[in-house]
Amino acid sequence: MKSLEDLKVLREKLQADIRVRENDGTKIIIGMGTCGIAAGAREVMTAVLDELAVRKLKNVQVQQTGCIGMCEKEVLLDVVRPGEPRITYGNVKPTDVKRIIADHVINGHIIEDLVIGKMDGGEI
Amino acid sequence: MQHIRAHVLVCGGTGCMSAGSGKVIENFKTEIEKKGLSDEVMVVETGCHGFCEHGPLVIVYPEGTFYCRVTPEDVKDIVETHLYKGRIVERLLYHEPLSLEAVPSYKDIGFYKKQERRVLANCGRINPEAIEEYIALGGYEGLAKALTTMTTDEVVEEVKKSGLRGRGGAGFPTGLKWSFAKAAVNEKKYLICNADEGDPGAFMDRSVLEGDPHKVLEGMAIAAYAIGSDEGYIYVRAEYPLAIKRLRVAIAQAEKLGFLGENIFGTGFNFNLHIKEGAGAFVCGEETALMASIEGRRGMPRPRPPFPAVAGLWGKPTNINNVETFANVPLILQKGADWYCTCGTEKSRGTKVFALTGKINNTGLAEVPMGITMREIIYDIGGGVINGKKFKAVQIGGPSGGCLPESMLDLPVDYDSLISAGAMMGSGGLVVMDEDTCMVDVAKFFLNFTQSESCGKCTPCREGTKRMLEILTRITEGNGHDGDIELLEDMAVNIKDSALCGLGQTAPNPVLSTLKHFRHEYEAHIYEKRCPAHACEKLASYTITDACKGCGICAKVCPVKAIAGDPKRKHVIDPIVCIKCGACMAACPFKAIVKG
Ligand SMILES: Cc1cc2nc3c(=O)[nH]c(=O)nc-3n(C[C@H](O)[C@H](O)[C@H](O)COP(=O)(O)O)c2cc1C
Ligand code: SF4
Ligand code: SF4
Ligand code: FES
Ligand code: FES
Repeated sequence: MKSLEDLKVLREKLQADIRVRENDGTKIIIGMGTCGIAAGAREVMTAVLDELAVRKLKNVQVQQTGCIGMCEKEVLLDVVRPGEPRITYGNVKPTDVKRIIADHVINGHIIEDLVIGKMDGGEI
Repeated sequence: MQHIRAHVLVCGGTGCMSAGSGKVIENFKTEIEKKGLSDEVMVVETGCHGFCEHGPLVIVYPEGTFYCRVTPEDVKDIVETHLYKGRIVERLLYHEPLSLEAVPSYKDIGFYKKQERRVLANCGRINPEAIEEYIALGGYEGLAKALTTMTTDEVVEEVKKSGLRGRGGAGFPTGLKWSFAKAAVNEKKYLICNADEGDPGAFMDRSVLEGDPHKVLEGMAIAAYAIGSDEGYIYVRAEYPLAIKRLRVAIAQAEKLGFLGENIFGTGFNFNLHIKEGAGAFVCGEETALMASIEGRRGMPRPRPPFPAVAGLWGKPTNINNVETFANVPLILQKGADWYCTCGTEKSRGTKVFALTGKINNTGLAEVPMGITMREIIYDIGGGVINGKKFKAVQIGGPSGGCLPESMLDLPVDYDSLISAGAMMGSGGLVVMDEDTCMVDVAKFFLNFTQSESCGKCTPCREGTKRMLEILTRITEGNGHDGDIELLEDMAVNIKDSALCGLGQTAPNPVLSTLKHFRHEYEAHIYEKRCPAHACEKLASYTITDACKGCGICAKVCPVKAIAGDPKRKHVIDPIVCIKCGACMAACPFKAIVKG
């Protein structure tokens, strides 16, 4: 290590590994109520984690939530990009995950055919 | 590799460890494995959060959920409910002491809200044994900037401009101290970090060393560069084994990445660090005694001058600073003196870490901006006096400090205001006392500490503190007499003027400040043979109330037969015979005996 620049490069790289503790950036929130888990929420979760790993999206936060009373539409998955409304997708299958991440999480295009709800001020 | 979605931070500081966090960590690892979450959840052992009383602490990210008093048996629940199903385990949340409300999130807890965590920013947030996490939060950037873009003069100037003053007690301007050591001409200079932390109840330095050791190493390396030293010592008390272990790990990691050792950042600057374990007395924290101890001699102070900057360790120019002082330095270099000055007061810049103890709801370590009032610290951060009792006084600055009464609660906390109020910042001990505390007894407690820690080299301290302690003891036992107060004051002033080192020079402070603000309590003891707080056993008086049924049990337990009375009639205590043992009060089945 010879300069401040070298150190900053190293820092950028290492920062990603503790990003989870910042609670900022885009969030993906998966409904993990009993019915959510029965409907395959764990599988969706694994698919999300896999896809984030493949794409090295370390600044995306994955959170879980309990039952929100829309059990018939499980698996529920919300995406909140900073400063944008909270979008809820319903009946999400592991195969939908790639599309949600590529289109919405990365590029900001909401996938209308999966949307079941929008909510402003998605700050959690 | 999978995306790690959650970090479980378990406090591995001394406090939480002794409350069982080792087993908690172990259980997290096995339960997470059992649930098949090992690829997505990471367990991290951190340093102290300063809230040890509620330990073991566990914080789950990304939500930042704060769980307290987590037992090894609770771990399964957190893993299944929180980590697997995303639901908060309500019963383990922290509850505010006054409103009794549960607070799920770390950042919303009253104890932390008014704090300004700069020095402690990483404590509890990173794994102190992983240099990577320190770097990820900007670690070693201050050192890089100093070494590769600034001259040594510029570094000293920046620290002067920041207004940083020593956190070890006296509050000497750090930049100025460095300029003395820098000006000394010698091919060999030493740098010392004072981590002796001997004040009773103080543990801020330990927390920094355990929770963020690299910050201290970085501060030291910057100081070494500034003054032109290539070798340093960290003098840590041997009672801090975890701090010592973490320091050793940190030094090895820093050497490996080239932040310590030879040719740092390719600049030709070398700096090597050693750890010296001191199993010494309180006085070993005094700088000249400390250096004697490093040299292998008995830890006794010597007169100054010569100051360490001129002739210190092994006679070489030496700069010595406290742990917390060094921990402030990286921030000043990284973010600049102007940024540093945004916090604090004109003459006391930055923050100070206090150890809150005594009769207060939230005890622990709190880092606050200088200039905050005592009231804010005690009520907003400390949650007020325990059990709804009335506040009486706060003792600030440890055995060298003083007691301040309620009328001074709005005093801004900074070096100079405290001195003019008769207390001092000291290392940052803050003991809250309620109405049941006797101020003469408090003065006696602190004087007893300094008296027994006096190294005995100089007469005023060795003999004087002993005499003062005798007088205080006599007063609390009801044997004080007219003239004692004046005698105490006289001796206090003399000792302050003539003792050799800071221990003796400050030892009378607790007596002087209690005499200043609570003189009436001394007078009540001496002239009325009464302890207004009902704390001094020898001055207590026991009486029997009308609740007495005349059972005679008290008369039977009284060792000196001070109680008389006919059966089924109210009994009485003869105050002259009574030796105030309290046995009758404990024995009375009708709670008819009161202490007054
Ligand atoms: C009896 C006595 C005990 C002391 N104990 C400590 C101590 O435990 N830690 C400390 O940093 N300074 C202690 N000091 C103050 C040191 O002598 C010295 O002033 C300090 O380490 C300088 O660092 P600073 O300028 O960064 O505050 C003590 C002083 C006296 C007189
Ligand atoms: S003041 Fe007390 S501790 Fe200091 S040198 Fe004198 S005897 Fe020793
Ligand atoms: S306090 Fe002790 S000595 Fe006094 S009356 Fe009670 S039992 Fe007897
Ligand atoms: S050791 Fe855990 S909070 Fe202090
Ligand atoms: S013994 Fe020295 S001042 Fe009391």
